Amino acid sequence: MLQAITFWILASVTILSAFFVVAARNPVRSVLWLILAFFSAAGLFVLLGAEFLAMLLIVVYVGAVAVLFLFVVMMLDVDFTELKQGFLSYLPFGALVSIVLATELIIVGNAWTEANVVAPAGVNTTPEGVSNVEALGMLLYDDYAYFFQTAGLVLLVAMIGAIVLTLRHKPHIKRQNIAEQVGRDRKTAVTMQDVKSGEGLGE
Amino acid sequence: MTEIGLSHYLAVAAILFTIGVFGIFVNRKNVIILLMSIELLLLAVNINLVAFSSHLGDLAGQVFAMFVLTVAAAEAAVGLAILVVYFRNRGNISVEDVNLMKG
Repeated sequence: MLQAITFWILASVTILSAFFVVAARNPVRSVLWLILAFFSAAGLFVLLGAEFLAMLLIVVYVGAVAVLFLFVVMMLDVDFTELKQGFLSYLPFGALVSIVLATELIIVGNAWTEANVVAPAGVNTTPEGVSNVEALGMLLYDDYAYFFQTAGLVLLVAMIGAIVLTLRHKPHIKRQNIAEQVGRDRKTAVTMQDVKSGEGLGE
Repeated sequence: MTEIGLSHYLAVAAILFTIGVFGIFVNRKNVIILLMSIELLLLAVNINLVAFSSHLGDLAGQVFAMFVLTVAAAEAAVGLAILVVYFRNRGNISVEDVNLMKG
């Protein structure tokens, strides 16, 4: 019973906040609604018994992605009132596509029954007395080790790509030229001056 | 009402997916909201994967959801970087003006 109540609360909060992500006038509020949506979805994951993914959702999405969105929204100097102007003109078409999509999903959902779902042989079940995190780790580092490495590679490429895209070389900024520094020797750096007493170097 | 099964989670995921698609079509002036809608779509997919993983007792679904999460994070980073560069060049973030190159 408690589980059902929790599910209904979390599910309705997720859907409502997802709707406000799309409908909010202010992009900053959209990001905040997005954070709420991810948070409630993490709650749903906990209900499903996927604790590690729930924590991952909070750490990665709320902690990194949503904050990144917030940074970009606040960094860009955009006119918020202008942003929503096409909303009404695109509303009929967007509504049409979503209604078609929703109808298709409902049709598929009606044709499909849970009885059709048969667990295939050789599934990766959670062993007895092992937590979700531990079971997931054993699976990830044994069977899916190469995929795990590839995921790391994807993140590396994304990181380098983001840096390359946003890096900008401004002129008139003094930068360190290491080759020039290392290439200095005594001939170019030091001159001998014969200074007469009482006159100084001039200048 | 009190018995929560697989189909309940699938319904939540389907509604989330529909909202995400709706957001992509409606927000033509703001690329940031568009990127957030894509995140919602990926979240819906993740809910589906985890629901089936939990229902079948197969952990592979959760592993796959983790990879989807990785790709989503990478996509958000690169997408926002492109957005920042676009804003520097154009001074706005409207989707309607993206066809500048008439490709």
